[in-house]
Amino acid sequence: MDGLNVDYTTKIPNNVNLGSDRQVLKALEGWHPGYLDWWNDMGPEGFQESLVYLRTAVSVDPKGWAKFDYVKMPEYRWGILLAPQEEGRNVNFGEHLGEPAWQEVPGEYRAMLRRLVVIQGDTEPASVEQQRHLGKTAPSLYDMRNLFQVNVEEGRHLWAMVYLLQKYFGRDGREEADDLLRRRSGDADAPRMLGAFNEATPDWLSFFMFTFFTDRDGKMQLESLAQSGFDPLSRTCRFMLTEEAHHMFVGETGVGRTLQRTCEAMTAAGVEDPYDKDRVRSLGVIDLPTIQKKMNLHFTLSLDLFGSEVSTNAANFYNSGLKGRFQETKIDDDHRLTSATYPVSKLIDGEVKLVDEPALTALNMRLRDDYVADCAKGVERWNKIIEKSGVKFRLELPHVAFHRHIGEFRDVKVSPEGEAIGEAEWEKGKDQWLPSKEDGDFIEALMKPETEPAKFAGWIAPPKVGIDNKPGDFEYVKIAA
Amino acid sequence: MNAPVKKQHLIDPEICIRCNTCEETCPIDAVTHDDNNYVVQVEICNYCMDCIAPCPTGAIDNWRIVSRPYTLEEQFSWGELPSQEELPQDEAAGAIIEALEDEVGAILEEARKGLGGKAVAPASASKPTVNLYNRGKPAKATVVGNFRLTDNAAENDVRHIILDFGEMPFPVLEGQSIGVLPPGTGANGAPHAVRLFSIASPRDGEKPNANNVSLTVKREPGGVCSNYLCDLPKGAKVEVTGPFGATFLMPNDPAAHIIMICTGTGSAPFRAFTERRRRAMPQAAGKLVLFFGARRPEELPYFGPLQKVPANLLTQHLCYSRVAGQPKTYVQDRLRQEEAFVASLLKEANTHVYICGLKGMESGVDEAFADICRHAGIDWAALKPEMRGSGRYHVETY
Repeated sequence: MDGLNVDYTTKIPNNVNLGSDRQVLKALEGWHPGYLDWWNDMGPEGFQESLVYLRTAVSVDPKGWAKFDYVKMPEYRWGILLAPQEEGRNVNFGEHLGEPAWQEVPGEYRAMLRRLVVIQGDTEPASVEQQRHLGKTAPSLYDMRNLFQVNVEEGRHLWAMVYLLQKYFGRDGREEADDLLRRRSGDADAPRMLGAFNEATPDWLSFFMFTFFTDRDGKMQLESLAQSGFDPLSRTCRFMLTEEAHHMFVGETGVGRTLQRTCEAMTAAGVEDPYDKDRVRSLGVIDLPTIQKKMNLHFTLSLDLFGSEVSTNAANFYNSGLKGRFQETKIDDDHRLTSATYPVSKLIDGEVKLVDEPALTALNMRLRDDYVADCAKGVERWNKIIEKSGVKFRLELPHVAFHRHIGEFRDVKVSPEGEAIGEAEWEKGKDQWLPSKEDGDFIEALMKPETEPAKFAGWIAPPKVGIDNKPGDFEYVKIAA
Repeated sequence: MNAPVKKQHLIDPEICIRCNTCEETCPIDAVTHDDNNYVVQVEICNYCMDCIAPCPTGAIDNWRIVSRPYTLEEQFSWGELPSQEELPQDEAAGAIIEALEDEVGAILEEARKGLGGKAVAPASASKPTVNLYNRGKPAKATVVGNFRLTDNAAENDVRHIILDFGEMPFPVLEGQSIGVLPPGTGANGAPHAVRLFSIASPRDGEKPNANNVSLTVKREPGGVCSNYLCDLPKGAKVEVTGPFGATFLMPNDPAAHIIMICTGTGSAPFRAFTERRRRAMPQAAGKLVLFFGARRPEELPYFGPLQKVPANLLTQHLCYSRVAGQPKTYVQDRLRQEEAFVASLLKEANTHVYICGLKGMESGVDEAFADICRHAGIDWAALKPEMRGSGRYHVETY
């Protein structure tokens, strides 16, 4: 084995030489049945016997990691895949800057590192649980396939984190690995660890918004963990990032195709006013202001995932060399941040202002800023779709202080424009800013499944290109296989 | 290849989601970005194709033939990908990307000279993958079969060789070729030239769902590559490039009529076509007609297996030029004998013609078509370029 190709001789495909690491192999094989039980209980509802056109990584070499074929989901080869080890890699930030990267867990950071892995690991199965009912209302076989691809890869990401726990954290790690299968999204007694992962994903527009906004938080977190001085974590996250890109793609194009269909329908029917909700909805498409509201909701729930703007935990993670900044090695500074400052937005006398804080404690804020910039570019691409159709409407990200539950703005009411407002004003405005029950009912009523190849539900446009270059009438899911 | 034109690798800004995967993947940092777009730097990209599979959107898989490459600034400014610019006829000859390596492109260009113009893929053909592996990064295949097709008594040794790719993806379509890199160097110390072979198996492998291809290889006296391949034992490893070819492809339309004309190892793609029809659309309405020339039945590759192909799947015209006591019959003679049938097919808008084999057969076949058309009141001089332009006339000769 050369570290690139995957060993299929063990029950668990891997490129980490599990075959000669009996103890970890045994631990993972012990965890495997519980995982399959979880997948069958909490994974996609129905369709477990269907043949789905999925990609499976057969090597972490660029040529080998997207092999497409029909697979039954429970038979998907979930494996342990790490990006190839870089010769002579160093710790690239914090107080250990310049020391060789660690191949084992440094004793003094054991608890901190375990916490990082567990938090990341907990999000992976959570999203599968949140999305488990969506298969039966898929707007096309193409979309259904994309959903299931996202689901099996989130499952694989769980495996990736569990491998780290089992391999490097001994008995505690094994217990944490079991707990990852015990918690359930939205469960009153054993909920998932982060708020956004306990919210329901009731419809496909939510799913697309979730993969655009919430999985993008995942991308930012994975990217910062890929900078880690703990080399196995870095390598794991680097490979996960390649898969995460597909999830962004599903979200961005899903919302984009929804916008396109709405604009097409409006143009065809001669509807010029995007706020003429009843007329637009009578065309069987989702009106643009409702899409804006969905966006407001998912964007703000995802902002909460970055934690408090000012955080000593984040400073400790960085200082210890465990979690870096987004694209750390491309930043031109001392990578220690001992005397640097960073502007943090705070509410002062009823106004949102930027205040300089020590850069080390402001790392969550910085990552969130990078995230917001990344989101904004995607939103601009959506606006181009609207603009091209001739419809007069623009989507705008709401202010970061709007509708927050964690951090600086959790106790204040702020409008999408960033103005602090009173309780009464909030009550008056909230149904214009966030999806109302009625909006939800309308979208739910639109969610009629379309299971014939080449056909799409009326509220969404077909994609520009197929998966794996497949033609438009390709049967991405053979439902009754 | 014409020097001034270049195949430029571009990213479709309307499909790209700016996920950075390509930039992260590129081993030589040819991909870069600004706030607007991700772009490929034309002077750095060496067509290694590492970025193609990881791209989640397919935006990365775009190519233009350009006389002046688009600059970085132009690419950064795009809201959408420009369409292929009109090039002068002679420059446009290579406008469809059959291969990204000049070495291979030159071989294919030579093989398609008999077309008399730009090669065009059939409208209903699947989109091919091209140049996934190259000389710098070849695929390693394993020989899993190597047996003689021609009779032991025949003087020519034509072999059926099966190459397995294991877990490495190697997507092919019927009509495509692969390159074989024989080990070692020639007299001048340079590595041996790549040799192209048409695949003889359909897209899903020699047996359904196998990740392998078969080749039809004739041992040439003194030939470096053919002797290397023909002597390989089972289990041997071979360095392979490709797949190559984006026009000599099979129409997916089951109503398409396909006339296949070949000699010798030129039969390889037609074995693939026939097997594809048999597996994927055995009830296809379109006719599959083979004109296959050899000196004697003993020297005709796949003579035995052809006897078992049912007549309702494939109409066979096997023509022999050296059978004692029989008049010499070449493929063009048989075409003339079947004049009425051939003419009736040529009149139909969904008939596709494929010619594959030795260069020597080209002119004879062309003349036969001209004669058949003249008798039927068809203007072959007009029909041929029309068929070529609509992807219904294909030539691959060597």
